[in-house]
Amino acid sequence: MSPIRRLLHYFARHRWSLALGALCVVGSAAFSLTKPLIVGTAVDALAVSSSRRDLVWYGLLFVGAAAMQGIFLYLQRWIIIGTSRRIEYDMRGDLYEHLQSLPLAFYNEQRTGDLMSRATNDLSSVRMLIGPAVMHSFSSLLIVFGAFVMMLRIETGLALISLIAVPIVAGLVKYFGERIHDRFRMVQDHFGDISARVQENLAGVRVVRAFTQERNEIETFRKMNREYVERNRSLIKLTATFYPALHAMIGVMFVVVFFVGGRRILGGTMSIGEFVAFQFYLARMIWPLIALGWVINLFQRGMASMKRLVEVWDVAPERPGEQLCEPQEFRGALELRRLTFAYPGGPPVLREIDLNVEPGQTVGIVGRTGSGKSTLLALLARLWEPPEQSVFLDGCAIEAIPTARLRDIIAVVPQETFLFSDTIGENIRFGRAGSSEKEIESMAELAGLRDDVTGFPSGFSTVIGERGITLSGGQKQRTAIARALIRNPVILMLDDALSAVDTATEERILDSLRAVRRGRTVLIVSHRASSVKDADQIVVLDQGAIVERGTHEELIGLDGYYADLYRRQALEEEIEEIA
Amino acid sequence: MSEIERHEDEGAKAFDPHLVRRLLTYLRPYRLRTVVSVVLVIFSSILELAGPAIIAIGIDLFVRPGDLEPVGISGGVRDWLQASGWMADPIAGINIAAAVYLLTLLGGFIVLYTQMVLMNLMGQYVMYDLRKQIFEHLQKLDIKFFDRNPVGRLITRVTTDVDALNEMFTAGFVAIFGDVFVLLGIVAVLFWMNWQLALVLFSITPFIILVSVWFRRGARRTYRQVRARIAAINAFLQEHISGMSVVQLFNRQEAEGAKFEVLNAKHRDANIDSIFYYAVFYPAIELIQSIGIALIVWYGGGQVIQGTLSLGALVAFFQYAQRFYEPISDLSEKYNILQAAMAASERIFKLIDTPVSIRTPEEAEQVSQVESIEFRDVWFAYNDEEWVLKNVSFRVEKGERIAIVGHTGAGKTTVTSLLLRFYDIQRGEILINGIDIRRLEVESLRRLFAIVQQDFFLFSGTVGDNISLGDDSIPPARVRNAAARVQADRFIARLPEGYEAPVKERGAGFSVGEKQLLSFARALAFDPPVLILDEATSSIDTETESLIQKGTEVLMAGRTSIVIAHRLSTIRSADTILVFHHGEVRERGTHEELMSIDGLYRRLYELQYRQQRELLEVSGAEVASWV
Repeated sequence: MSPIRRLLHYFARHRWSLALGALCVVGSAAFSLTKPLIVGTAVDALAVSSSRRDLVWYGLLFVGAAAMQGIFLYLQRWIIIGTSRRIEYDMRGDLYEHLQSLPLAFYNEQRTGDLMSRATNDLSSVRMLIGPAVMHSFSSLLIVFGAFVMMLRIETGLALISLIAVPIVAGLVKYFGERIHDRFRMVQDHFGDISARVQENLAGVRVVRAFTQERNEIETFRKMNREYVERNRSLIKLTATFYPALHAMIGVMFVVVFFVGGRRILGGTMSIGEFVAFQFYLARMIWPLIALGWVINLFQRGMASMKRLVEVWDVAPERPGEQLCEPQEFRGALELRRLTFAYPGGPPVLREIDLNVEPGQTVGIVGRTGSGKSTLLALLARLWEPPEQSVFLDGCAIEAIPTARLRDIIAVVPQETFLFSDTIGENIRFGRAGSSEKEIESMAELAGLRDDVTGFPSGFSTVIGERGITLSGGQKQRTAIARALIRNPVILMLDDALSAVDTATEERILDSLRAVRRGRTVLIVSHRASSVKDADQIVVLDQGAIVERGTHEELIGLDGYYADLYRRQALEEEIEEIA
Repeated sequence: MSEIERHEDEGAKAFDPHLVRRLLTYLRPYRLRTVVSVVLVIFSSILELAGPAIIAIGIDLFVRPGDLEPVGISGGVRDWLQASGWMADPIAGINIAAAVYLLTLLGGFIVLYTQMVLMNLMGQYVMYDLRKQIFEHLQKLDIKFFDRNPVGRLITRVTTDVDALNEMFTAGFVAIFGDVFVLLGIVAVLFWMNWQLALVLFSITPFIILVSVWFRRGARRTYRQVRARIAAINAFLQEHISGMSVVQLFNRQEAEGAKFEVLNAKHRDANIDSIFYYAVFYPAIELIQSIGIALIVWYGGGQVIQGTLSLGALVAFFQYAQRFYEPISDLSEKYNILQAAMAASERIFKLIDTPVSIRTPEEAEQVSQVESIEFRDVWFAYNDEEWVLKNVSFRVEKGERIAIVGHTGAGKTTVTSLLLRFYDIQRGEILINGIDIRRLEVESLRRLFAIVQQDFFLFSGTVGDNISLGDDSIPPARVRNAAARVQADRFIARLPEGYEAPVKERGAGFSVGEKQLLSFARALAFDPPVLILDEATSSIDTETESLIQKGTEVLMAGRTSIVIAHRLSTIRSADTILVFHHGEVRERGTHEELMSIDGLYRRLYELQYRQQRELLEVSGAEVASWV
């Protein structure tokens, strides 16, 4: 969908309130334009000397018009800006929903910062287009036009002369507005550079000190600091020209009115009241003229942002997949048949993997960094799409099962623990909505987390992350384990999920897992032999292929990678124990 | 700025005489500018207010509608003109009045431009000085300080906080002057023209103030709410975009969508709340102003009828009545700026006032060569009494090579930090050439060492800059030579721009091995008497591995070296090996000596050996060539 069509689609949803808002704009403009007329008539009445009673009436009439104008002004802003906030709300909601539907491959290519800036900055400039830009352009055009018509009625020649001011003021605002915006961005960019530089200097403070580069750093900073002043200088010159120039321009308009109007009054073709009314109309026009120039910039920026948003909207969502195969019951039998996989544009990460896992079996997967262990789990969870007919679950090819259905029966503890800044309890409940407090506590118990949590000030209601307490790496991992366990999955996958806990704790968790493991398939990826030594089968991956497989005893007998891994760990423990 | 700090701002005082006095000292170098700016502000307000008065006089004297006699100021001006014989005919009079008006506009433009440039630049200069001072102080502060203060917060001091002060210097102080002068000017002119009408008009002032204050308060409160809501949305988005795989894995799209919906709706409602204040404020001000104008029509009109007010003055009253609400409303806004500036300056001064404890003592000694390095009964803790090093003693003679080995957390890397005097020890002495390092000039001490760290820190800049660290005393030839000697030149030559190739943030795009070679080149370019090598453990391909091997040898050749060792080759060839365990030196001796006892070293060695065999198996090389 083109940016404009998408925008119109949102407008259409709120067409009635927008129409009502437009009516209010007309109302406020109309009353605003009657006010100068009232003052003008009153002044003329003075010149032919009338009574004070009449003056009271003129005054009341004027206040009455102002009150009506005020009511419409209030409604106009309330309705139009309010609607723009509702549209913003719709758009943001749609955008997030869309983001959730996008495949993981999309997130691997996109930087979070860029997406964030689209969802915030771009959305906000589109909102500026929808609200203030639409409102001000409409009301400004109405007032400028209306005031001009009224001025024409008073004095055609003078009105035509004043018309020259329209393009000048609007042009001035647009010209300077654009340039000030650009220079301001240049200043901001450099500000960003300075921040980045300071960030590096401080993060690398040890290197700087060790190589005694402080003076050098100060000199570099001085140059950037100086450049910042220079960039500001050019911004300052622009703003210092713009505002006084606008001021002066407006003043010149009044001089012209006096210069010409004075002559007309002398010549008897204009009354002093008309002169005053004319001045008032001119004053009425100024703000709308300024607004027009500003609004043009808002439109340009808003459309550019809309385009960037549409780029995201145009990314096709992940296909949910159809139910093509339904096993009688998910029991957790896994079969990999000659599974070979490569990331887009890369070399194969997994080669010809054959693996048979019986329901309820525990499989340990070990191997060096980069040997393809995590990729294997990611394929089973369909975070990446495995080749067709290479992964089977309970007799069904995995691609024939809808993703949502598949993910309902599996639970993954990812290598990089990702928790949300919410309470510990909520983070565990994330695994299964509606879990009871008791369930949460017992899962925490199983994951060896409970003792830690009861030590926290508010137990499971303790908030983690920036606004709360910081969990240790091990505590995070154990929370993620509890979150996975509460799903009561048919297949549980632990991706190096115990790396940050000490061996004693690991032992404890594995012990308690043993009870849970019964009846479900468990895949454990690890760097430690201790995590997998009790597994029903252990496979060793090397450069994407299975190089060793068997039970702990068999692999020890093989005296290969696994046996070495096992001995190394034993040695490490021995060293630890020396006090 | 973090939300917490923003929150602090809101409780801050808007005016703290102690802070303001200290801030004003920064204006001292720009005294003249400040004085000129203030004078120009006064001028500019006068010129700005002249226009309506000129038109008033022009109307009364020359246009004379209804042949009313000029009274008040206009009368005075006429008398004066007639007395000096300058009274012109109506057309010429209108021309002259218009010309005078034009002149005030031109003058106003020039004065305002000059004033704005002067003032804003002065603000920039003051910020420049402040930033410089903060940054220079940061370069001196103890490493301990950086352990305790997150980098993000410190950056804020140099950037956002300084900007808050700029706002105060430029938009705050002078604008307040400007607003006050315009206001005073209007009051003076109107009283001068007709004090009764002025009093009647000013009766609406309290309402303007009331409505403005009501609006600012409401707007500020709702703005704060909107900001909190949008911050919540941003935090949510940030988290869910980076954790999208978890959301999808757990089939949580619907639940998370519902959570977002709540945040989104709260944000919308907070915004709609804030619209209310704006929607009421503008019409209300418009209405009050209109009442002012109605009052002028009623009371001023009556005076015109009575002949106590000229028509021109009436027209001028209309003009001024439309102008004097702005400065009042502006002034009510300045409070926030001042508040933010006070909070920011307090934080800045606190940083600047942080004392530096590790620095060169008076009558310090210079060193340029190393004869010996000695740790004598050194005890050290980062915090209180949690000893990281306990009673550590060792001695390195010129040209010797010692290796420090030990399991993770044994205190090995701390030795490096202490030698460079990043921290001062609690007990014992660290001696260089028999002199306590606390008596040495800090810079000359650090220049004795080149340190090659495990996680090599790359700065953004060019490859060449990362070797020389931008130090001007190191010519490009020496950079190239250093790179060539550790054979880093090969991969540098493969980069499209060679030594000029840009390094991205934190060296993204370079492999671990390449970073290592660059760090060797850096150490060699600085050519120090002592090398401290904290070896990397991560796996690298064979080719780079052997390059690093050779590079290490080149680096250590003829140099006193202290190696925190992981590589068997480096360990074996050391003159002395120190085995650290839980902060103590448990074993010391040569490789052969240590292997002969069944202790820590033997186990560590075996562990290293196994790890390296694993690394080598990846590349298929022979273990035998290592040992």
